[in-house]
Amino acid sequence: MNVTSIRRENTVSPIANALLNAMFLLLALACVLPVLLVVIVSFTHNDALVNDGYRFFPTKLSWIAYESLFKDYSTLARAYVISIGITVVGTGLSVILMALYAYPISRQDYPFRTFFTFFLFFTMLFNGGVVSKYIVFTQALGLLDSYSALLLPLLIIPFNVIIMRTFFQATIHPALIESARIDGAGEFRIFFRIVLPLSLPVLATMALLGTIVFWNDWFNSLLFIRTEEKYPLQYLMLRVLNDVQYLRSNVQLAAQNPELMSNLPDESLQMAFAVVCMGPILLVYPFFQKYFVKGLTVGAVKG
Amino acid sequence: MLVPTMAVLIVNNYLPMFGVFIAFKNINYIDGILGSPWVGFDNFAFLFNSGSIWRITRNTVGYSLAFMVFNTVLSVAIAVAINELRGRLAKTYQTFLIMPYFLSMIVVGYLAYAFLNADKGFLNSAFLGWFGIDPISWYSEKEYWPYILILVNAWKNVGIGAVIYIAAIAGIDHEYYEAALIDGASKAKQILHITLPLIQPIIVIMTILSMGSVFNTDFGLFYQVPMDSGALYPVTDTVDTYVYRVLMELNDIGMSSAAALAQSVLGFILVLLTNSAVRRINPEQALF
Repeated sequence: MNVTSIRRENTVSPIANALLNAMFLLLALACVLPVLLVVIVSFTHNDALVNDGYRFFPTKLSWIAYESLFKDYSTLARAYVISIGITVVGTGLSVILMALYAYPISRQDYPFRTFFTFFLFFTMLFNGGVVSKYIVFTQALGLLDSYSALLLPLLIIPFNVIIMRTFFQATIHPALIESARIDGAGEFRIFFRIVLPLSLPVLATMALLGTIVFWNDWFNSLLFIRTEEKYPLQYLMLRVLNDVQYLRSNVQLAAQNPELMSNLPDESLQMAFAVVCMGPILLVYPFFQKYFVKGLTVGAVKG
Repeated sequence: MLVPTMAVLIVNNYLPMFGVFIAFKNINYIDGILGSPWVGFDNFAFLFNSGSIWRITRNTVGYSLAFMVFNTVLSVAIAVAINELRGRLAKTYQTFLIMPYFLSMIVVGYLAYAFLNADKGFLNSAFLGWFGIDPISWYSEKEYWPYILILVNAWKNVGIGAVIYIAAIAGIDHEYYEAALIDGASKAKQILHITLPLIQPIIVIMTILSMGSVFNTDFGLFYQVPMDSGALYPVTDTVDTYVYRVLMELNDIGMSSAAALAQSVLGFILVLLTNSAVRRINPEQALF
């Protein structure tokens, strides 16, 4: 028997396979249906909402929620710009800073690596807590209502630095660095011209992780952002869900056309808003999934 | 090279560590942080006398342990099952299963609201009706929330947990299975005696990592998904939501910082304890 035939033989029976497929189909549906419900509600007509509530198969459809959202898009657009800005700046800075730290502590010949590794590792073990951080950020650093307060807490993820260090140790052979040095390259030159180009997979993964963390963060906005004009997208969503009137007051349509506005269901408006906000990440994530999974497993398996 | 990152670590991580002395002070804005009088353990005494300490500790630890057990079992089960699937569908399922992980807790809050909303939500307006059950006002009846929270948390995190175990299983040498097949081992036996023992180190590492955060909870899950509903506090209030509420809404810096410091110290002790326990059982699996 050759290897492939053994493998073919060593699978579950067709019945078990069908059962497993059925189970995973249900699980996949369970993951998608809540999102689908929100999308459908956002298209449901007011009459159908009042009579039947939220349904997967509404009796009457309507575009009105999206129409009113896009008619006055300034709040939405501003939140999008802020979120994109924070995500881009934050991710870029985060990857560079983490690589800069991970590289020296990955080098066996660096004398202080134990100290600096511990300096990083200790932050994983102990932290000052939210209150202390809040006081330090607002009183000592004066970061209340500043975008820096949204960036700073998420820049360095110690666990990811450890993953990067492990990656550098595994892929960058000391002889390579040695030969570059003999050729006359300085440390920074070695880092930027040799180490980083060889480490693109881990850098891409970290960039992806960073993007998700910065894009989805709202806790720091909750703590530090006060001005409405500075709300990032996720925090704006929080306000809209907790306070229906907030969105309504921000949609100017009311003033122009009261009749239309009275037909506009709050729920559709909320859900349309949610759809507009979660859309991008849902469209994009399947394409990055591969790198993301790779990065996660590098960290876990090498632990 | 290390300097910029050191600076960030110092500002973001080490300064707040020194800031914990706030917990031993009676902060008032006239004297400032440094000038405010020392009060020793008074803040902690207030915390213990406030009566919420038992509730938030029970909720925090209880939910953390429940999530840990429930999610690990489900993730491992899914990983093992997906590994046995024939054909190319496995990748597609995986894509769907990790989707919730990419959504923020705010979005999850919306999704939950679409189901639980009292008069129009899907559960009340349609689902319960099919079984002839009267509508339930979900956001004010606390007995359902432990299950809802465990379910929502699993919905969001099990898929991504499974991915790690799928990778671990993929790393197992095929020769083990070939040998087992020659010895006539059934599929169930192979899973029980090859797959599970070989991914056990990963399970241990993941458990240590989550043990360290038993005193920390996902703030979004407990704050935003129950919509910060007061009627639900007895079952949804954890250390994190409590600290936030006391700090931001009651403006009681002393009590909230005492709770936050207690949380950090207990978490720290717990990581050390778990790690030393693991080292005693199997030194190779300890983190440090």
